[in-house]
Amino acid sequence: MTHPSVRDSEPWRDPSAEAQIKIDHLVKSFGDTRAVDDVSLRIHRGELFSLLGGSGCGKTTLLRMLAGFVTPDEGRIGIDGQDVSRVPPYERPVNMMFQSYALFPHMSVENNVAFGLRRDGVEKGEITRRVGEALDLVQLGPLAKRKPGQLSGGQRQRVALARSIIKRPKVLLLDEPLSALDKKLREATQFELRTIQEQVGITFVMVTHDQEEAMTMSTRIAVMNHGKIVQVGKPNEIYEFPHSRFVADFIGSVNLFEGRLKECFADHAVVESPDAGADLAVGPAGTHAPGAAICVAVRPEKLRLAKPGEGLDLPNRLPGRVRDIAYLGDACVYHVTLDSGKVVKATAPNLGRWDDQPFARDEAVTVGWAAAASILVDP
Amino acid sequence: MSGLVKALRSRLPGRGLVIGAPYLWLAIFFLVPFLLVLKISFADSDTTIPPYTPLFTMGDDSALQITLHLDNFIRLFSDDPIYLLSYLSSLRNAAVTTVFCLLLGYPMAYAIARAQPSLRPVLLMLIVLPFWTSFLIRIYAWIGILKDNGLLNNFLIWIGMIDEPLNILNTQTAVYIGMVYAYLPFMVLPLYATLEKLDVSLLEAAMDLGARPLRAFWAVTLPLSLPGIVAGSLLVFIPAVGEFIIPTLLGGADTLTISTQLWSEFFANRDWPMASAVTVVMVALLVVPLMLLQRAQARAAEGAAS
Repeated sequence: MTHPSVRDSEPWRDPSAEAQIKIDHLVKSFGDTRAVDDVSLRIHRGELFSLLGGSGCGKTTLLRMLAGFVTPDEGRIGIDGQDVSRVPPYERPVNMMFQSYALFPHMSVENNVAFGLRRDGVEKGEITRRVGEALDLVQLGPLAKRKPGQLSGGQRQRVALARSIIKRPKVLLLDEPLSALDKKLREATQFELRTIQEQVGITFVMVTHDQEEAMTMSTRIAVMNHGKIVQVGKPNEIYEFPHSRFVADFIGSVNLFEGRLKECFADHAVVESPDAGADLAVGPAGTHAPGAAICVAVRPEKLRLAKPGEGLDLPNRLPGRVRDIAYLGDACVYHVTLDSGKVVKATAPNLGRWDDQPFARDEAVTVGWAAAASILVDP
Repeated sequence: MSGLVKALRSRLPGRGLVIGAPYLWLAIFFLVPFLLVLKISFADSDTTIPPYTPLFTMGDDSALQITLHLDNFIRLFSDDPIYLLSYLSSLRNAAVTTVFCLLLGYPMAYAIARAQPSLRPVLLMLIVLPFWTSFLIRIYAWIGILKDNGLLNNFLIWIGMIDEPLNILNTQTAVYIGMVYAYLPFMVLPLYATLEKLDVSLLEAAMDLGARPLRAFWAVTLPLSLPGIVAGSLLVFIPAVGEFIIPTLLGGADTLTISTQLWSEFFANRDWPMASAVTVVMVALLVVPLMLLQRAQARAAEGAAS
């Protein structure tokens, strides 16, 4: 790591820190749909920022506006103080790595990588040197003379990366950079991409629908839905403290209990939930007032299971029956039907082997969790 | 799975038949007639029916004699420059037609390929629509447009661009206009097919890397549409070399083309062997560059695909 990592300095916490990318009230409509609906964002130098959302949430349109392929209807985009909203793509200090890689099929690997430098009229010796460096960075030196058609998917992805960082853009935009790779290769590449990003010190803005990818790589994630940004935060913040039911449900797996806020205390609150068939103790209520309709979110891995007789020293204890067990290898997911009729998911690591499973199908169990393990979200 | 497919393939006789059918068609309707023409081109013209000497004769001593008259070919290239001039003028007509079809057809094909998907079938239909009228009638219509008191001249005089009618009909210009008009669809359609398949993200990538739109066109669109350019040019050039109706109707009496030459040898002079020799040389002129081109293309495809 040659640059101090923004992962540690967290400049977004400092209100006086100048952001590199300033997006203000950006709007883009296609026909009647507002693909991007009043989006404002601050992205800091050196970040690996992810736009995460389902298909049609507007994340790709937002990225294409940053690249200059889509002109915003309203709002402005500033990069390093320059308003680039109306600047054509060939004059923007950003480069993009395309989802399909968009490698020029009629050019060799080195000519693909050199394309951007040639357009800028960089001198020949300099081009050769920098293309060599870029190909070394992505470990493709020996394949410089090949055509894209002669490369594997992973190699093409590397060529696309080398081609998009060779001009040393201020910002690199990545459109689903790993979606065309198979699972194993994708996992290895996630870390590699992160390392390369820290080596070259370029701000990365990445679009992805894969939450695991976003969680592994990003400094921060913006979750998008219906053209709006619903939450921005570090991966653990998004996962542990979702602001809304949508975010809680979209990121990872979650159990949701609908109910009404009954009592608020300094360190915890009580929710009356017909869903759970009992009152639930949850973390502090925050801004929610007693009487408000509310939703309690608990991640499956935070639920504990016990046999009915065993003591479970947790404030929330709900009786139920194991309906189904999904064996995932490293863990088991238990589907438990509570006495209220609601089905919850509980994940338990496989500490022992499959043949000494603690619970069997149809067995009566108690599901429990700590108050701090759950959080309140808007219904 | 692939083993099963292989086993099925070796057992099914239908596969060979399916591949064989087009070859059989080509053999019966193209190869055999051409061999007949080739045979006649080595005969001498005669007053018999058919009007040429036989190639194979049985001598008195029961010896099979093969008589090859080469003087038709010799005549083509020596005596009279009219044959050579006809070839050259036909090749020139075809070359000029191809170039203008490309210059006109490329922007048209590009515009159709970039038009809204719902609009494309309509635009393509407009390109193909003229084929619904007889070719001959369409060329006659051009006489009406190009003649001295025709539509074009009347229009130009009416808007005041010219005072005297332009003499276009019965000139080489009229031949070019007619041929470009007639062959344009054959250029547009293959070009459209390649341009429509072109991945737009390649152009975006080029622009993203700093190429202005025109530069992106030269660096990406043009080289990637080369197969369409080659296919369209061949589709125009090859039939244009042998074009008969347009030069005859629009080009006036002294227009020299290989097809008018063929016509006069066959019907005016009744010299079948000479006409056949003219044909054989023309085919050779077209086939040799075609084969070279195909070999070059095959090699290029090998390099790109593997």
